[in-house]
Amino acid sequence: MEIRPFALESRVSAHTNSLRSMKKIDATTILSESAEQTQAVAASLARRLPAGSVLALHGDLGAGKTCFVQGLASGLHVQQPVSSPTYTLVHEYGGDVPLYHIDLYRLQGAEDALDMGLDEYMEGAGITAIEWPERAASALPAETVHIRLEHGEAENQRRIIMDAGWR
Amino acid sequence: MIVLGIESSCDETAAAVVRDGREVLSNVVLSQIDSHRPYGGVVPEIASRAHLEAMAPVIQDAMDQAGLGWSDLDQIAVTQGPGLASSLLIGITAAKALAMRTGCPLTGINHLAGHLYSIHLNSELPLASPDCPWLVLLVTGGNTLLAHCQSIEQVTVLGQTIDDAVGEALDKGATLLGLGYPGGPEIERLAKSGDPQRFSFPRGLQGGRGIVLGGYSRELCFSFSGLKTALLYRLRDCPNWQQQGAGPDLAASYQEAAFDALLDRLERALLETGCQRVACVGGVAKNLRLREKLDDLSTRRSVDLHVAPLAYCTDNAAMIAGLAGARAMQGFPLIPVDDVQPNLPL
Repeated sequence: MEIRPFALESRVSAHTNSLRSMKKIDATTILSESAEQTQAVAASLARRLPAGSVLALHGDLGAGKTCFVQGLASGLHVQQPVSSPTYTLVHEYGGDVPLYHIDLYRLQGAEDALDMGLDEYMEGAGITAIEWPERAASALPAETVHIRLEHGEAENQRRIIMDAGWR
Repeated sequence: MIVLGIESSCDETAAAVVRDGREVLSNVVLSQIDSHRPYGGVVPEIASRAHLEAMAPVIQDAMDQAGLGWSDLDQIAVTQGPGLASSLLIGITAAKALAMRTGCPLTGINHLAGHLYSIHLNSELPLASPDCPWLVLLVTGGNTLLAHCQSIEQVTVLGQTIDDAVGEALDKGATLLGLGYPGGPEIERLAKSGDPQRFSFPRGLQGGRGIVLGGYSRELCFSFSGLKTALLYRLRDCPNWQQQGAGPDLAASYQEAAFDALLDRLERALLETGCQRVACVGGVAKNLRLREKLDDLSTRRSVDLHVAPLAYCTDNAAMIAGLAGARAMQGFPLIPVDDVQPNLPL
C-alpha cells in the first residue's frame, strides 16, 4: 500500500497545523520534534487507512511506538487511554473502526502469534498496530505497512520512516 | 463460607482456601519466574504450559494444607481477567471442571478487584462503605491505577497509567541498566546504596496533550514512558556510567522519580476525595522505599495507611477466594464465567 504522509485531507483538524510545520526529510521520512507531533502524524495516518490495515511498528525501546499508537487512537476517536500491552499482548479499543494494539515482544515465532489469534485480528475490520513485528515476521500479510521510529539528535526528536519495509 | 480460589492470569499458578472472605486457610503460589528469566519477561507459551502442568498439584496442595475435602467447599472462584488469554484459560478450565465435579457454585473474579481486596486478608479492617471509603493505589507489572472504593462492588477508577505500568517501567529501566529480570527487585537492590537525588528524572505526565484520557482527570493519571526514555538518553550521553560506578545512583534516582510520581497522584486524589483510609496493593507494593514514602504521606496527611502484606502483594489466589467469599456473604450474585477476558476493566 502506498502511504503519502503529506497528502493531507482538506478537512481542518487540530493536528493539521502541527503537521504542516513539520520537516520532511525525503519522500517517506518525517522529522518529529515532539511526542505531540508524532501523535499528529499517526492520527492523520489513521484517518486515511482503510479498515483491515496492518501496521508494523519498528523501533527500539523508547523510540515512541506506544506514542504512535496513541496518535492512531486519537485519529480514530478512541475514548480510552491507550496503555502499553506488554503484559496482556493485545489491547482492543473501540473507535471509528476497532484498533488492535499488539505487542509481540515475548513471542517466540509465528506459531505463537497464530496461537494468540493474531490472524483473527488482522483479518478483522479494524486497524492492527503491531509492536516488535519481527518476532512473527512470517505471520504478517504482504501488504503490511512498515513504519520505523528512530531516535533523532535532540532529546524529543524522532525520525518517522513510512513504508520502511523489513530491515 | 469456604471458598477455593484459583488464579493463573500471568506467570503464577496459584490456589488458596479462604474462610468467610478473611481467614486464609492455605495459600499456594508456584512462581514461574525461573522459567521466564532467560527471556527477560513472561513468555506466554511457556506460562501456559507451566500452568497446565502445575494447576492440579497446586490445587491439591491448597486443599491438603487447609485440611479440607472437596465436600467442605461452598464456592469456587477463578480469575477471569485481565491477564494473558492462554494463561487465564488454564485456571478457568480447571475451575469449571472442579465446579462440575463437586457441584459447587462457580464465580468469576476480576484480578484487579482481587488486588484491591488483598489488604483485607487475615485482617479485621473494615470493608469499604459509603461512610468509610478507601483510596487504593494499585501498582503491578501490568497496571497502575488509583481506585476509590465505596464498597467491594462500587469501585471508581480515578486515574490510571496512559502508557507503561510502574512495574513495567522498573522492568524496562532494569533492562537499560543491564540488570536481571524481574527488574523491580533488582533496581531496589542496587538503589539501596545510591543517591536518589543525584540525577534528575521527569516525574508525572509528560507530553500527554492531544490524548483522550477516557474521562479521567489528567492530574490523577500516570505516565512512565518519558521516564524510561530519559534514562535511555542519560545512558547514551554518558557511555562510561558503568566504569564511573554510577549504577546505584542511576537506579536510586530512577526509582525515586517513579515513586514520586505515584505519591504525587495519590496525594492529589487524597485531597480531592477526602478519604481517611489509603491502601497500596500489587507487586510493586513490596518495595521498601515505596512503603517508606507511603508512610511519610500518611503521617503528613494524618490518614490511615494499609499496605498489602508481602504474601498478598504479588499474584495469589487468596485475594480471589477472599473477595468471592466477601461478596457471597454480602449477598452479591455469582459472576458467570463464560470465557477468558484478557482486557477486563476494573
